[in-house]
Amino acid sequence: MEVYLDNAATTRCSRRAIDLMEKVLLEDYGNPSSLHQMGMRAEQYIKEAKKKIAKTMKVEEKEIFFTSGGTESNNLAIIGTALANRRAGNHIITTAIEHASVAAPMEHLKELGFSVTYLKTDHNGMISRDELASAVCEETILASFIMINNEIGSVTPIAEAIEAIKEKNKNTLIHVDAIQAYGKYHIFPKRMGIDLLSASGHKIHAPKGIGFLYVKDKTKIKPLLYGGGQQRGLRSGTENVAGAAALGEAALECYENFDEKINHLYEIKEHFINGISKLDGAVVNGRSGREAAPHIVSVSLFGIRSEVMLHALEERGIYVSAGSACSSNKQSVSGTLRSIGLPQELLTSTIRFSFSADTTKEEIDYTLATVKQLLPFLRKFSRK
Amino acid sequence: MYQAFLIKYAEIAIKGKNRYLFEDALIFRMKDALKKVDGIFHIRKEKGRIYVETEGEFDFDETVEALRHIFGIVGICPVIILEDRGFDALAEEVIRHIAAVYPQKNFTFKVEARRARKNYPLESMEINAQLGERILAAYPQLKVDVHNPDVRIHVEIRSQINLYSEIILGPGGMPVGTNGKAMLLLSGGIDSPVAGYMIAKRGVEIDAVYFHAPPYTSERAKQKVIDLAKIIARFSGSMRLHIVNFTDIQLYIYDQCPLEELTILMRRYMMRLAEHFARENKCLGLVTGESIGQVASQTMQSLAATNEVCTMPVYRPLIGFDKQEIVALSEKIGAYETSILPYEDCCTIFVAKHPVTKPNLNVIRKDEKKLEEKIDALMQAAIETTETVHISE
Repeated sequence: MEVYLDNAATTRCSRRAIDLMEKVLLEDYGNPSSLHQMGMRAEQYIKEAKKKIAKTMKVEEKEIFFTSGGTESNNLAIIGTALANRRAGNHIITTAIEHASVAAPMEHLKELGFSVTYLKTDHNGMISRDELASAVCEETILASFIMINNEIGSVTPIAEAIEAIKEKNKNTLIHVDAIQAYGKYHIFPKRMGIDLLSASGHKIHAPKGIGFLYVKDKTKIKPLLYGGGQQRGLRSGTENVAGAAALGEAALECYENFDEKINHLYEIKEHFINGISKLDGAVVNGRSGREAAPHIVSVSLFGIRSEVMLHALEERGIYVSAGSACSSNKQSVSGTLRSIGLPQELLTSTIRFSFSADTTKEEIDYTLATVKQLLPFLRKFSRK
Repeated sequence: MYQAFLIKYAEIAIKGKNRYLFEDALIFRMKDALKKVDGIFHIRKEKGRIYVETEGEFDFDETVEALRHIFGIVGICPVIILEDRGFDALAEEVIRHIAAVYPQKNFTFKVEARRARKNYPLESMEINAQLGERILAAYPQLKVDVHNPDVRIHVEIRSQINLYSEIILGPGGMPVGTNGKAMLLLSGGIDSPVAGYMIAKRGVEIDAVYFHAPPYTSERAKQKVIDLAKIIARFSGSMRLHIVNFTDIQLYIYDQCPLEELTILMRRYMMRLAEHFARENKCLGLVTGESIGQVASQTMQSLAATNEVCTMPVYRPLIGFDKQEIVALSEKIGAYETSILPYEDCCTIFVAKHPVTKPNLNVIRKDEKKLEEKIDALMQAAIETTETVHISE
């Protein structure tokens, strides 16, 4: 049995997205900037894709910009607005549980002379409203929050955070890293007061290499790439037409039968948590139930190094991540797990299981049985 | 513009009556390496020289790259082959050649003519002098230096005329296959690929054995070793890589014996298994990347403890090398980038904080007795489940 439980790392591409891509690549392969009819047809795909995405968030088409993925969206949002609004101030707020594609640009901005406040979190990955409020000042030009943490699935209370910020500085721009959230939550930036929002294609069954950034109209932002001036000069470079078309379709698709899918995910997750919590020395990190994301479960397994468990599961056809896929390769300890105060011995013993709408109860049962069977054996041979 | 390569070899030339064996092995290796290069190549042995002649279009850079990895080759000279259309035509060709190959005209040179075809109107010395004059007339910035020139312009008068002046260095050593075969203990580290390279350089064919320990080591670690084997195979020719699942043996030792001795005991069993595969594949020795004192398991005492179980000679070509020297060689053979990929190997998983550095053989032997109950069966199982991968560049 092959069970893919690493959907927070990437997902399988949807058939509808692939069909549309294929049509673009084989038939309507023009350059959207070309003046002839082929170019115009390609441009239509971009427009159509923007329309589909804009509709899911109730925003305008012109506020959607395609990028190469989540990392670029986050970089563009953060560096682009910081540089464009430098005269208004040089202070930025973010959290200690951001993905590297937010944390690293922040470090870069620090080198450029910006000051960055990292908000700590409690053991559930929650920031404190008071701490946030006291961090905001006149100089605060940008606040960036991860909506769903990629490692533990915690949900940042975005609306509440924005309220706290706007009470003290109504000019502070709000960026939301919605890479794990888009497609799993209804997100309406205008209603919530979000100025910039990042999303990635391959987390929602579109291919890798495409993502988008929502930028509220009239937001001051500078491009990272300079060139032919495509996408209103904010993102030069010939558009990835096939990717954009696929992302539009995948976005549309994941908001179809939305409640049904989300309910299924929560059921799967609950079933999984019920089973895994019964196992000896297993701790589920973060909040449970509907207070956390529907598709991510972080489990610390006392006394077993996460890579060993990962490879043991892999041998039995189950694919998971150690902590977060992005930080596991470096063998460094994740900032998120540290920030939620995980004890030292559990930092390197944490596994992330992440589901998709296609995950079945049988797959979960097989996974639970496998983990249960592995635990005593792997514990026997842990490092003395 | 080049149509052939003159292959220079050094050590082979002194091999007396066995010389043809070495030359034939070299030609065999060259043919094998050139199979992957676009173009038609003919390899010809002639009076103590080997020529690679090309027919039609070929990729010059790829050809040189393929030849540069063949042990036994000291130098590769790209040769221009000319029809004899008189001395004036020859001089023009030589001048054109200098223009094409040496954009900076600030070197010293010497013409070295050889007149194999004795009916050529000029003698060697005359060719040297007259060609030198013509070259100086064309490029007055050049200087002649007959003792220590920067560039030697070789003109060989045969039925055709060979013209060459560049020598691209080869790796030296002896053709692989002229010195039997050895079994390399290949880990994912920096040292063992270099050790394999050095033994192959002396003409020894290489097979390798790798010990992996799933789930403690990953598929990526195994792939890394396969990639390293491919890098060695660029020099040594294709090889067999035996991938032994070592997990059960390792866990059994871990369970039964003191942790401080785990690494030494593991290495003793690795040597035994390596020797099994060595014998099975007609190898005449084992090769390791050990260097005295580098880690706890490579002190003189530890080496003696691991060596004790071997009946075959164990070759340790890096034994007197410092880490920096090994790294330099690793970079030279193109293995370094792969070697430093950060995947855990089986030696580091359960390693003790303070492993023994001066193991006492009596203690080691006594502790090994604790394994008597199951170890033979586990060794047998490891041998039976070994996966053998054919590696070619």
